[in-house]
Amino acid sequence: MRVVLAEDLALLREGLIRLLEAHGFVVVEAVDNGPSLLQALLKHRPDVAVVDVRLPPTFTDEGLRMAIEARAQIPGLPVLVLSQYVEPLYAQELLGDRRGGVGYLLKDRVSNVAAFVDAIRRVADGGTAMDSEVIAQMMSRRTADQPLASLTPRETEVLALMAEGRSNAAVAARMFITEKAVGKHTSSIFTKLGLEQHTDDNRRVLAVLAYLDPRG
Amino acid sequence: MAAALGHAPGRFALVGWSLGFVFSGLVGTLLMGLSLVAIVLVPLVVGILLLLVLVPMTRGLARWQRRWASRMLGREIPSPYLLPRGRRGRSLVKLYAGDIASWRDLAWLSVSLLVGVVTSALYLGLLASAVLFLIYPWLWSITDPGTFNADFGFFTVGSQASAFLPIPLGVVVFVIWWLVGPRVMSYRARIDQALLAPTESAALKVRVQQLAESRADAVDTQAAELRRIERDLHDGAQARLVSLGMSLGMAEERLASDPESARELLGEARTSASAAMAELRSLVRGIHPPVLADRGLDGAVRALALASTLPVKVEVVLPGRLPAPVESAAYFCVAETLTNVVKHSRASAARVSVRHDGDVLFVETWDSGVGGADQNKGTGLRGIAKRLSAFDGSVSVASPSGGPTVVHMEVPCVLS
Repeated sequence: MRVVLAEDLALLREGLIRLLEAHGFVVVEAVDNGPSLLQALLKHRPDVAVVDVRLPPTFTDEGLRMAIEARAQIPGLPVLVLSQYVEPLYAQELLGDRRGGVGYLLKDRVSNVAAFVDAIRRVADGGTAMDSEVIAQMMSRRTADQPLASLTPRETEVLALMAEGRSNAAVAARMFITEKAVGKHTSSIFTKLGLEQHTDDNRRVLAVLAYLDPRG
Repeated sequence: MAAALGHAPGRFALVGWSLGFVFSGLVGTLLMGLSLVAIVLVPLVVGILLLLVLVPMTRGLARWQRRWASRMLGREIPSPYLLPRGRRGRSLVKLYAGDIASWRDLAWLSVSLLVGVVTSALYLGLLASAVLFLIYPWLWSITDPGTFNADFGFFTVGSQASAFLPIPLGVVVFVIWWLVGPRVMSYRARIDQALLAPTESAALKVRVQQLAESRADAVDTQAAELRRIERDLHDGAQARLVSLGMSLGMAEERLASDPESARELLGEARTSASAAMAELRSLVRGIHPPVLADRGLDGAVRALALASTLPVKVEVVLPGRLPAPVESAAYFCVAETLTNVVKHSRASAARVSVRHDGDVLFVETWDSGVGGADQNKGTGLRGIAKRLSAFDGSVSVASPSGGPTVVHMEVPCVLS
């Protein structure tokens, strides 16, 4: 699987390359700033990009903006954004084009290597990987939201886990229920959010988006 | 702070004011006389007691006049007095005596009698005579014949027919009143301004006092903030890193002899590293939220709204970037206000609007809650006032019982 990596700190960049190559990824290019990232993404069209939010020259949200720009030119280009902190606003922006293949994780999630690698693969396959902290921040949000308010607490829990990018099987394992029960919950969620007509993958993304979108 | 001055009073409103000034001139004379007596009596305690009453009364009268003159002239006349800062009794009288504005008030009292009564009498007199001349025929007709017979010099009124002769004169006097009257009053306002506005040095003194205070506040706040950061680092991330080092050290020791427990220790080390990261993250958020650095006030306020448990509508119109310290202060003030809304207001909706106009940043939060917020009670609002005062900014709260609550913040600053 071909990866473009953007990280400005050499220490972390080398570490990530080592980690990725140890797990069978091929790092086709590793860059250390925003403009080169955009170039590299457009040139290589990788299977997945792993991008640090804060990059030179502005040291603000360069990485995020370049990732969104690249996805505007190559729709659905899978991007996993890493950051020292997570901001629901940014998650919303990443998901703004209503396509999958988006991940947004805290940098320190890298330390759980297996989960991190799994997240990259999921994003590359067009799924989502939202950090549990983004989800937690959204969980504390208002409850009077329509149509999210119509979800049962159990369904909200399923949706939160789904937003993290877990498969039905993983959600089932996490909640100690059967996969079939999860399937029932998800289809109920899709119905309540008015997403019946979409394909399953896209539905999952849209449900997550509904979850993150303040307009409900 | 530029409070609304209101429109200048119109010609007829000035009639009311003139009547008031005749009265206030008399009150002023009384105050001046009593004050002089009180000053003489200062060696006796009674003089001090008298001054403790008379000076505030004089200042009250002066404040009323200052407000009127501000409206007449269309520009704010600032208050010239040194701030009392909790002084009482003898020490307060000493402050009064050392404040040049007190002496200028006394001078103003005497002028207010002289100029004030004369201008007011002129203003009222012109109008009264115009009216008198205009209704002369009517007066002549309803009174006993001869009561209103008069010699006007260039004509004489002696019959109902000749009673119409003063009418043109009345018109002339009315025109004079119409044209000259307001000028007389604004001349009066200028004299008031000369005596009631702070002298340049007094204005500077008040300003220095304010600056010294807001600087002390800023330094205090900063020192407290640094202490908090130090403590958070010490108890949080540093402690985690120590425990991480310990786990790693023990794992290293046991690697050969007991790999299973070494693995467990490594797992613990990883947990410690994650926890240290989480603590550093929340610390950084408290010092300077990354989203503020990335997106400025606009994005940061939107992020706040998104994170709030309430639906918060955000309207931001900022054509440029604010100076970093102002941006950060404004952000924390909005954060604090929204926290208050969630905690106390029981609101179902809130709105934040941010705009920059004429080198002033305006930030307003509105909520649909129960109201009753008191600027002097909540530490949150006081904290906001303190934070903004470092930039010469201010906060005001309108929160009637039953709501809604509006918190209005202003900070003078230039966009880049």
